[in-house]
Amino acid sequence: MQIGLFHFLFVSCALFFIGVYGFLTRRNLITMLMSIELILNSVNINFVAFNKFLFADKLDGIFFTLFIITIAAAEAAVAIAIIINLYRNYKTIDVEDVNTMKY
Amino acid sequence: MLSTPLIALIPLLPVISFVLIALVGKKYFPSLCGALGTLSLLVAFILSATVAYDYFFVVGKVGDTYQQIVPLKITWLQFTQNVSIDIGILLDPISVMMLVVVTLVSLMVHLYSLGYMKGEERYATFYSFLGLFTFSMLGLVLSSNIFQIYIFWELVGVSSYLLVGFYFDRPSAVSAAKKAFIVTRFADLGFLIGILILSFYAGTLDFQTLIAKLTTPTNEFHTIAAASFMGVSALTWGLVLVFIGGAGKSAMFPLHIWLPDAMEGPTPVSALIHAATMVVAGVFLVARLFPVFSMCAPALDVVMWVGASSSFIAAIIACTQTDIKRVLAYSTMSQIGYMMFSLGLARHGGEHGLGYMASMFHLFTHAMFKALLFLGAGAVIHYVHSNEMKDMGGLRKMMPVTHLTFLIACLAIAGIPPFAGFFSKEEILQAAFHANKAIFVIAIITAAITAFYMFRLYFSIFWNKPYHAHGESHDAHHGEAPGTMLIPLIILGLLSVCAGFIPFSKLVTSDGKELHTAFHLTFSIAPVVLATLGIIIALSFYKKESVTPQRISDGIGGLYRGAYNKFYIDELYLFVTKKILFPLVGRPAAWVDRNIVDGFMNLLATVTGQISFAIKKVQSGKTQSYAAYFFVGVIGFVLIFIYWWT
Repeated sequence: MQIGLFHFLFVSCALFFIGVYGFLTRRNLITMLMSIELILNSVNINFVAFNKFLFADKLDGIFFTLFIITIAAAEAAVAIAIIINLYRNYKTIDVEDVNTMKY
Repeated sequence: MLSTPLIALIPLLPVISFVLIALVGKKYFPSLCGALGTLSLLVAFILSATVAYDYFFVVGKVGDTYQQIVPLKITWLQFTQNVSIDIGILLDPISVMMLVVVTLVSLMVHLYSLGYMKGEERYATFYSFLGLFTFSMLGLVLSSNIFQIYIFWELVGVSSYLLVGFYFDRPSAVSAAKKAFIVTRFADLGFLIGILILSFYAGTLDFQTLIAKLTTPTNEFHTIAAASFMGVSALTWGLVLVFIGGAGKSAMFPLHIWLPDAMEGPTPVSALIHAATMVVAGVFLVARLFPVFSMCAPALDVVMWVGASSSFIAAIIACTQTDIKRVLAYSTMSQIGYMMFSLGLARHGGEHGLGYMASMFHLFTHAMFKALLFLGAGAVIHYVHSNEMKDMGGLRKMMPVTHLTFLIACLAIAGIPPFAGFFSKEEILQAAFHANKAIFVIAIITAAITAFYMFRLYFSIFWNKPYHAHGESHDAHHGEAPGTMLIPLIILGLLSVCAGFIPFSKLVTSDGKELHTAFHLTFSIAPVVLATLGIIIALSFYKKESVTPQRISDGIGGLYRGAYNKFYIDELYLFVTKKILFPLVGRPAAWVDRNIVDGFMNLLATVTGQISFAIKKVQSGKTQSYAAYFFVGVIGFVLIFIYWWT
């Protein structure tokens, strides 16, 4: 069986919704961060797949992917810094317990 | 040769001194502020004197006519091709004359205030305000654009407000300042509408173009003369409305009510603003637009009758007042009325322009002797610490210089030869005699009354009963006044003696050409005899303490009380505003404001508040529910973009 564009999209779609599900249901901030990484990687797969199957002579999609990986690294650093600060203030990294910013 | 930067420097010097004193001087060198202001004015005066000399004797005259010169014109706001607000300088005989008058009187007042205001807590502030006023007044007289004059007109009003309310801890001064500002502001509404009418029809705001278009039979002139509203042509409406603005500033009846109250300001301010310069702005305005006015006889008639009635009414009221500054205020109003009706009965050009020339002449001489009178009164008040006549009397030995200069000023205003007022008043009376006999009769009676009340003032201050110091705070022999106060008195006194000999008919005329005035000795007899009669009556009443004045005022009870209470005009204004305007206009407007305008706003606020109260639970602080909303939103957008966005 030839692996086509559809297969790649199926994987990326599954990865995306797994990421969203994880983000909405997990209480632990670290796990939520991991879910976000899943979402970002699903997008990366999309970019690479479309680049390969639709615009084989160009490199734009691959460059975008490289950028996203860089930004994801930076984002992870910021997110972990936030989480550490949160832990210092609340002694927890459970997102349910951090709900003082409300009406 | 006239140099533009130097002319522009004349109004700029006072404003530089204003900014410098207000921003820096007040804090770091308060005691030097007076000297700084005076110095800037001294330079400005020297410059204006040079400009005047150059204009009148070197460059102004082309052929036999004085030209209008525009050395500077900066386009500031361009509306259309022709309509623009420019900031410029227009030199012609009247603006050059006013330049000299304003800088001279302002210089005298600056100098005088060095002594008079010494030890005041807000000494530096006072000088900064004086600088602001002088700047505005100079800008006003130099304006080349009718809108520019309006801007400076308002600036003059503001600085007058600031100076009248200078003693802001006195409630009477505060209310006087407010009254002056509101009354003149009300009149300025007319001025603004007048400007709009004239410039709408003429299609320009520039003085020269406007006058050229509205005085020659062009299309513009025919349209404005033909357009009519309520049976009166648009030209008349425009000019009368402009005149209302001028009448407000010049304290003409019935907009004069602010002037007597404005005497709450420091006396040097009264001398500068409410006697010599700002109050003649209205006369100046009519003179500036005089070629247009002379195309419209009804407007000039309005000017004439308003001027004549103001002059007469003010003279009557002045006879009964006991506050010396108020007497002077009413006499100012009366003399400005003189200038107004003299303009009103003149026509443009040639022999008919006699009234115009006379009016400008009187403006010039009046500035000298009226500033002198006020400064003299200031010296008296400084000595006695009271404004009331009854606290004075017998001061001639204590204050010899003030006494002499005050006497000169009184003789000048009464029109006794050879003092300045005689010549200018004579020209006005001659113009009135040739143009309108009724006005002539009013004018000559007013002249006699003027002589009477001025000498009533003079004798009450300097003769009457012997002076005895009263009150414990006053040490009777602290001397007349410091030199800085006496020098301006002496200079102005000399000018009041000799200003009449200036050949005005050669210099300032309606069409710039020399006007040949004949001096008839026989004509002068009647006014001089009447004035002398007034003086003699005042002498017999007030030289010694006597009961005659009291008996006479009792004899004509009603009339005296009416005049004493200023013919109840203030009460009339109060009645109109409090009993008619407030309940019929003010209250309904306030109701609409409170219930409909505010009500609508409150409704909006309440509805917004309730909606936000109802949905505030959405903001729960739970990060994951926010993420869920966001996700649902994104899905929604995706659906919209896929299925509807084609």
